Amino acid sequence: MRFVDEFRDADKARALASKIAGLCEPGRRYKFMEVCGGHTHTIYKHGLEDYLPEQVQLVHGPGCPVCVIPMGRVDDAIHIARRPEVIMTSFGDMMRVPGSGGNFFDSNAEGTTIRMVYSPLDSLKLARQNPDKQVVFMAIGFETTAPSTAMTLLRAAAEGLDNFSVFCNHVTIIPAIKAILDSPDLRLDGFIGPGHVSTVIGCRPYEFIAGSYGKPVVVAGFEPLDILQSIYMLMVQLHEGRSEVENQYSRVVPWQGNPVALKVINQTMQLRPYFEWRGLGFISHSALRVRDDYASFDAEARFEVPGVRVADPKACQCGEVLKGVLKPWECKVFGTACTPETPIGTCMVSPEGACAAYYNFGRFSRKRVQEVTIG
Amino acid sequence: MIDREQQVLDRIERARRRPAKVREERITLSHGSGGKATHTLIEAVFLDAFGNPALAPLEDAARLRIGDARLALTTDSYVVSPLFFPGGDIGDLAVNGTVNDLAVSGATPLYLTCGFILEEGFPIADLTRIAASMRAAADRAGVMIVTGDTKVVQRGKADGCYVNTAGVGVVEGSAELGVAAVQPGDAILVSGPIGEHGVTIMLARGELDIEADLVSDTAPLNGLVAELLASTSGVHAMRDATRGGVATILNEIATDAQVSVIVDEHAIPVKAEVRGASELLGIDPLYVACEGRLVAAVAGDQVDAALAAMRAHPLGTQAAVIGRVEADQPGMVLLNTAFGGTRIVDMLVGDPLPRIC
Repeated sequence: MRFVDEFRDADKARALASKIAGLCEPGRRYKFMEVCGGHTHTIYKHGLEDYLPEQVQLVHGPGCPVCVIPMGRVDDAIHIARRPEVIMTSFGDMMRVPGSGGNFFDSNAEGTTIRMVYSPLDSLKLARQNPDKQVVFMAIGFETTAPSTAMTLLRAAAEGLDNFSVFCNHVTIIPAIKAILDSPDLRLDGFIGPGHVSTVIGCRPYEFIAGSYGKPVVVAGFEPLDILQSIYMLMVQLHEGRSEVENQYSRVVPWQGNPVALKVINQTMQLRPYFEWRGLGFISHSALRVRDDYASFDAEARFEVPGVRVADPKACQCGEVLKGVLKPWECKVFGTACTPETPIGTCMVSPEGACAAYYNFGRFSRKRVQEVTIG
Repeated sequence: MIDREQQVLDRIERARRRPAKVREERITLSHGSGGKATHTLIEAVFLDAFGNPALAPLEDAARLRIGDARLALTTDSYVVSPLFFPGGDIGDLAVNGTVNDLAVSGATPLYLTCGFILEEGFPIADLTRIAASMRAAADRAGVMIVTGDTKVVQRGKADGCYVNTAGVGVVEGSAELGVAAVQPGDAILVSGPIGEHGVTIMLARGELDIEADLVSDTAPLNGLVAELLASTSGVHAMRDATRGGVATILNEIATDAQVSVIVDEHAIPVKAEVRGASELLGIDPLYVACEGRLVAAVAGDQVDAALAAMRAHPLGTQAAVIGRVEADQPGMVLLNTAFGGTRIVDMLVGDPLPRIC
């Protein structure tokens, strides 16, 4: 299939892999974090680690939109959805994220109406079709999805819809990366930068990582060859003693980002003073809320929201996994108490979550498999 | 460090072999997805309540001995939405699905029953259309619908029309087909490109604003199965790849026969339209339902005859060998990706496609 198979070519992968291996200095270990959950998914889905020398290790980062939603926000959403007049909508990944008393599927089994939508604009359609109901879109995601929420808000305002609002949980990527860089637990050699977020914010915001922290960043696409090439570019930078922001995904990501998208975000949303991230705790200026000018479309203004803080389950080590300190399998409950069908932590929910990706795709001994499949 | 990882992996495999427990207090949509939650529900509720030797193998149809006759019996309910879709409707789906469940258990389908649950207000014209397509599908498969039942519920208590069919067939020959008979050395075949039904239904719902030139693959497989069984005695098991897709069947094989299944992604036939839609939607065609495709495990030395027999049938022209069965790492389904890596193919978790059949 065109535009897909070219980026999954095994011959090109082998060639890149040998170049990466050639750049490994003896005795040195390389640790790169892929910030974005989409990358984590690609890495496991295509078995990319089979191409990496043992010295090169990938660490999975916090860029999975569902994974960073704290339990309390799920409870808040269910609290709103319990109002008889409310139809709540959200993206499919959200449906199985556990709150303290169950997920959206469980909540629906008890009588709420929480529907999966593919685009926030579908919520507007639902609002027009159900004038006697209140449609609430639970918005999640980084800067990647914020523009579509912003456009939905603008359209709702233009149409004067009075039965639509947004429960805003958008977060921003840079404060999370900064929190990881400041964490003493982790020593990284570089970052595979998030591709989709960068289509909106561009490459500039990462310059402090290369400048102040001295870690190279390569913004990468989502096909397996994209990621392999990005790892190669990081290795070249380290080899040459450089620390810069480079753009591997230039076919999609403009250096300056998307000014129109940034403008509509700015027009409809503003930074919260602080926001709780699952596993990472409170991070200041790390999330967006609906701007006061659009308060009539803000579910948190329209409905009573308890805003209770729910502590993560004790056994759950999502925070360490999100920061890349622990590999998924190193978590105490991984694969036994916490599985994709009975997730304790959010990393096990989304297909982009590091634990779910590892459990679904990577839960086997590569050594034994290589003996079987090659032998 | 590798050893510690291996210890964790072993512990997980032990946990996975424990009997399933339903943790939810109420039914959620996941229980109907055909994946892990459905299996758990069946084992924990129905197998626990009904347990008997005829049910225990959990094949697509139960095989029964009555006097000298060997019969196969199966039932299936259909709640697909929309009722009419490109390439078919709930009527032919209900006939083909039950015919296929009988066929893949090695039986010649003979008679079907049908039960209708209708919602007050449902158009008679639609019902007539559904009945006509059931008749056409029955004629095509060479079966008769010989008894039935009709119930009507109040408006709002059902979504238009639900159909249940049951079917009985006769098992000829002595071969004991079943997933438990699969052995290391077997080859895994599919009878054609996968995922067309599921993707067609998703697009037919009109929620995605994607258009593709796709029709459902719904078709009766009894003709193809008869040709296949006549061509070789090496067929060990067959399943039709409905909810949960090919991936679910491969997992059932790996778990029930305690073998591993190694699949080659390059070899899996998938239409470009299905691949394209799946890429856009972030779903894996391996999990998408088919309604006229089967997966067969065939003795390694019989694979050429089996493949030739499938390809000679109009419904099997694109049949392919997609993998093989191994003894090492029992319970696992491993995929050699087209990219050249390796990964697991697990049972489906969650519910990407409600009400596909």
